[in-house]
Amino acid sequence: MIFSNMIDWLTNGANWQGPEGIPTRVGEHVYYAVLAVLVASAVAVPLGLFVGHTGRGAVFVVAISNALRALPTLGLVTLFVLLLGLGDWPVLIGLIILAVPPILSGTYAGVQDVDRGVIDAARGMGMTGWQRLWKVEVPNALPLLIGGVRSAVLQVVATVAVAAFVGLGGLGRILLSGQKTYKFEVMLGAAVLIALLAVVLDQIIAAIQRLVVPKGLTVAAKAAAPTRGGK
Amino acid sequence: MIEFRDVTKKYPDGTVAVDELNLTVEAGTITVFVGPSGCGKTTSLRMVNRMIDPSAGEVLIDGEDVRKSDPALLRRGIGYVIQQAGLFPHRTVLDNVATVPLLSGWTKAKARTRAAELLETVGLPAEMGKRFPAQLSGGQQQRVGVARALAADPPILLMDEPFSAVDPVVREGLQDELLRLQGELDKTIVFVTHDIDEAVRLGEKVAVFRQGGVLAQYDAPAEILARPADDFVSDFVGRDRGYRGLSFVDNEGLPIGQVDTVLVGGAHSPSQQWTLVLVDGDKPRGWLAPGSTVDGEWTTADALAGGSLYTRGTPLRGALDAALSSPAGLGVVVDDAGAYAGVVTAEEVLKVIESRRETAE
Ligand SMILES: Nc1ncnc2c1ncn2[C@@H]1O[C@H](COP(=O)(O)OP(=O)(O)O)[C@@H](O)[C@H]1O
Ligand SMILES: [Mg+2]
Repeated sequence: MIFSNMIDWLTNGANWQGPEGIPTRVGEHVYYAVLAVLVASAVAVPLGLFVGHTGRGAVFVVAISNALRALPTLGLVTLFVLLLGLGDWPVLIGLIILAVPPILSGTYAGVQDVDRGVIDAARGMGMTGWQRLWKVEVPNALPLLIGGVRSAVLQVVATVAVAAFVGLGGLGRILLSGQKTYKFEVMLGAAVLIALLAVVLDQIIAAIQRLVVPKGLTVAAKAAAPTRGGK
Repeated sequence: MIEFRDVTKKYPDGTVAVDELNLTVEAGTITVFVGPSGCGKTTSLRMVNRMIDPSAGEVLIDGEDVRKSDPALLRRGIGYVIQQAGLFPHRTVLDNVATVPLLSGWTKAKARTRAAELLETVGLPAEMGKRFPAQLSGGQQQRVGVARALAADPPILLMDEPFSAVDPVVREGLQDELLRLQGELDKTIVFVTHDIDEAVRLGEKVAVFRQGGVLAQYDAPAEILARPADDFVSDFVGRDRGYRGLSFVDNEGLPIGQVDTVLVGGAHSPSQQWTLVLVDGDKPRGWLAPGSTVDGEWTTADALAGGSLYTRGTPLRGALDAALSSPAGLGVVVDDAGAYAGVVTAEEVLKVIESRRETAE
């Protein structure tokens, strides 16, 4: 019953129009999520590369990632709204801070995980620090780096939904209005859309990952898989 | 020529890894650093291409202190091969080999052409260039590692336990290949190993290191086996050193006898002598014991397995081993093409050794 109501709601053309319509809300949701992840990446990727490459500040990276991860999502966002007042930016800052740890630790771990023999060979063949970073460490770090971005995206998409509580646009608004008016089919529809959005964004990044991760690494991962499974 | 002059390396934690090393590696030779693990071989090697800088003393290449060179440029002119091969997993085999030429500013096309040549040089088929390192066996990866180190045609090659991680049969093949390559290329090679057999096999000069980074003996391998400088070296070269020393004794005066032979499947009347079974016309493949009968359709499976083969003209170690490992007590001698050339007995080998001792006295 609630499902068929939900289908009715989803297929009702009226819900797909106007400033409160589904497309607008989806657009807002994507905009906030992507913006937060991009800004977080701009900070976390260079920092992760630096720490992984030089080995300096590794303790700091681990500590800060764990500390940030432990923060309650909604609490953080609310805190910034209380500190900075209502508006998009306080909420976005909270979202960015949430997105940093997975990207930072993914990038750092990606560089850190490059086989020591490979790094040693790169140095021994006369690569400069920058050449080693761009020609060896970054390409080899890509799977874990992108993995970090993927979990950041999932986390941020979920948090944007919750941030409707503090006034941010996005599909959370629909969820909230459904709750206020006791229209559970609307809440369910919004939840389904949020989940769908998360899956679609994740698949887009997965496709990008397949494009940019060097083929040799995919081959190596496949070759390593049977032994890993055997343990 | 590489010279170590009073070179000491002390790590920040106080470990003295190399202690006042003085040693000259002659140009165009293979010099092996050997010793138990932790005795400073790797540290010494890596001071040549400035992967590590000495705490005191200097390392000279052709009279020039390496510390005057920019590390990256210095390293592009020195081949470097390590135990794990360290191939770049994200690049094809061909692009791995092309690494240093590309760093040195060659065009991509020229670097790849050169890389393809080198694959052939190290005995790999050209198609393998398209594969990725993960698709290669350990031995193949090491060959690629050697090709990569040779790509810019550096005069010096540094090799740190390059064959230690592959199984013994493959290792022996790689060692032969290195000797063959060196015959063609005439590089100055510094080779690190913890395996004395490998050291003796490859080195024209061998430097034995002991704990604390002290050079215990630096000599030709035959000399180290025959006259260890002290108890440490003598212990390290081990119990078989008398036998191993035969690797350096030539075969002059070793008489080569003949035995009856039979082609596999051919007519054979029982004989009181051992009979050598040949395949493909002249290749030895097992023995028929005195008095044994074979009739009708017989194959090598009906013969006793043969021992190791001794190639005519090589040192006595192979001759003695061939005799000792043969069920007939007769070591089979072959020519360079692997064709039957005769037999030797252990007794005759020992006689040659004895007579050498007498002439030496
Ligand atoms: N970076 C380092 N810091 C401190 N000690 C080191 C370092 N590298 C090597 N050592 C120590 O120096 C000694 C020599 O090491 P190494 O040259 O690697 O020996 P080998 O190659 O002969 O096994 C060992 O005792 C080792 O533990
Ligand atoms: Mg070592």
